[in-house]
Amino acid sequence: MSDPNSDKTLSVHDLRVRYGEREILHGISFDVPRGETLVILGGSGSGKSTLLRTLVGLQPATSGEVWIRGQDIAKMSEDELDETRKKIGLSFQGGALFGSMTVGENVCLPLREHTQLEESTIQIIMRLKLEQVGLAGFENYMPSQLSGGMKKRAAVARAMAMDPEILFFDEPSAGLDPIIAAGIDNLILKLKKAFRMTIIVVTHELASAFLIADSMLLINKGDIVAHGTREEMQNSTHPRVRQFLDRVPEPEVAEEMDYLQMLTGEAPPKAL
Amino acid sequence: MAFFDSIGRNTVGGFAYVGGLARLSGRAAYFTLIGPFRGKALRWSRAFHQAMAVGVEALPILSTITFFVGLILALQGAYELRKFGALQYVAGGVAVSMTRELGPLMTAIVVIGRSGSAFAAEIGTMKVTEEIDALTTMALNPVQFLVTPKFLAMILMLPCLTTWADFMGVMGGAVFGVTGASFTFGGYVQATLDALLKRDIITGLIKAVMFGAVITAVGCYEGFETGGGAEEVGRSTTSAVVMSIFLVIIVDLIFTSLFYLLGR
Ligand SMILES: Nc1ncnc2c1ncn2[C@@H]1O[C@H](COP(=O)(O)OP(=O)(O)O)[C@@H](O)[C@H]1O
Ligand SMILES: [Mg+2]
Repeated sequence: MSDPNSDKTLSVHDLRVRYGEREILHGISFDVPRGETLVILGGSGSGKSTLLRTLVGLQPATSGEVWIRGQDIAKMSEDELDETRKKIGLSFQGGALFGSMTVGENVCLPLREHTQLEESTIQIIMRLKLEQVGLAGFENYMPSQLSGGMKKRAAVARAMAMDPEILFFDEPSAGLDPIIAAGIDNLILKLKKAFRMTIIVVTHELASAFLIADSMLLINKGDIVAHGTREEMQNSTHPRVRQFLDRVPEPEVAEEMDYLQMLTGEAPPKAL
Repeated sequence: MAFFDSIGRNTVGGFAYVGGLARLSGRAAYFTLIGPFRGKALRWSRAFHQAMAVGVEALPILSTITFFVGLILALQGAYELRKFGALQYVAGGVAVSMTRELGPLMTAIVVIGRSGSAFAAEIGTMKVTEEIDALTTMALNPVQFLVTPKFLAMILMLPCLTTWADFMGVMGGAVFGVTGASFTFGGYVQATLDALLKRDIITGLIKAVMFGAVITAVGCYEGFETGGGAEEVGRSTTSAVVMSIFLVIIVDLIFTSLFYLLGR
């Protein structure tokens, strides 16, 4: 494939991913220019987390390419991949905080491992990051002592620790109360404006999506249904887009589709 | 036919398992021996914490067990030896059995129960909660970060623990020697020292190092092989213990045969 333009921080070409025999993503392509925020929408089990895992090289692609900062991640050596990973942050859907370390140590870990900063500087950065996600004063708590929402915010703080160029969020505000969720939205906007960070967010929250997105991607069962700017999405007449955006349950139709799927033997994806 | 089929499958599976262990050990060895020269620092402080957990915290239970094993050896040995009026050989019998075989073996069993299972549970839990993936995305190699300190700690601590186990075993034997076989304590110790060859101790310590490597490799490998879900962690922990005991016995057999042939 030809080199993508250098202003494309992230570039995905015809990406296919399978777990065993089952293909989860059926040819996904999109670009994210530097400094822009892409919001990925889609129902449960549509492959959003799988897509994020593939983008950071945790899950090998069956075919297709992922370019990060002008490099094909499949062609990188382990060391090159690590160098790239130091410049990206991923906040996992479940937090994935290290249970054996305090919240503060979780945030400090990448700084201690990858930088030559003084311990006092590291402590300041850690407090700053925790404060940004509204967790000031919680640095000595163990992850098991935090609520689900607090874990998620701590994970966001850890993902930001190294001031990455690209930040990936897997459902950062799911399960948070509206005030904290709005705080996360503000944080994302701030990161975008102040640091020109490239941000990829998987979310279910439509209000939040329209607030932070430059462009949006709707995935359904491993296929891109629609991809466009936030205005294009808002004005889209595509039935699936409208169904998702207008939150139309269409119970009869949905049930018929499920019924048909069941009859044809294609098991509906289990919710995660 | 089905019988041979299943033997074939198990043999293939066994080779694949040992291959997996070898790969993991190889990666850990790379990060221990070669990594430091390529700018990948060794994690001494993590290794030190592991060494405390593996070694120092095992001392009370290990001391108790090996003290009693020494006493049992003396009793069992005396049962046979007194028929020949050769009770004075009890000290040497206990000393050689402990240093060559039971010291390393009992240490390995205690360490499997305490640390091998804990390695599998720790890494298995981290696998299930995506902490392993989080390490990877933070450019921290899970083998380098988690496994290498455990290898260092185990390979250093098992010989130490084994030496202590040998000593406690001799003490257990001495209890019988003094109370049941007309030794003075000093005389028993002297008889022990007279009976022991340097070779006995060294072969025991070589075994201890090998056991440490096997236990670490199995515990960590089972942890990394954990599938999704909490009940999978329990399964990994159980099979780490069973597989470690099995492989420690196999390694013991191989090395004991080797030392036997070399020592003729
Ligand atoms: N490790 C895995 N092994 C097998 N199947 C998986 C695995 N992870 C996810 N899946 C399947 O892939 C599909 C997409 O999952 P996921 O990417 O987590 O969806 P989303 O994040 O959009 O809810 C689901 O049907 C799920 O069952
Ligand atoms: Mg998900």
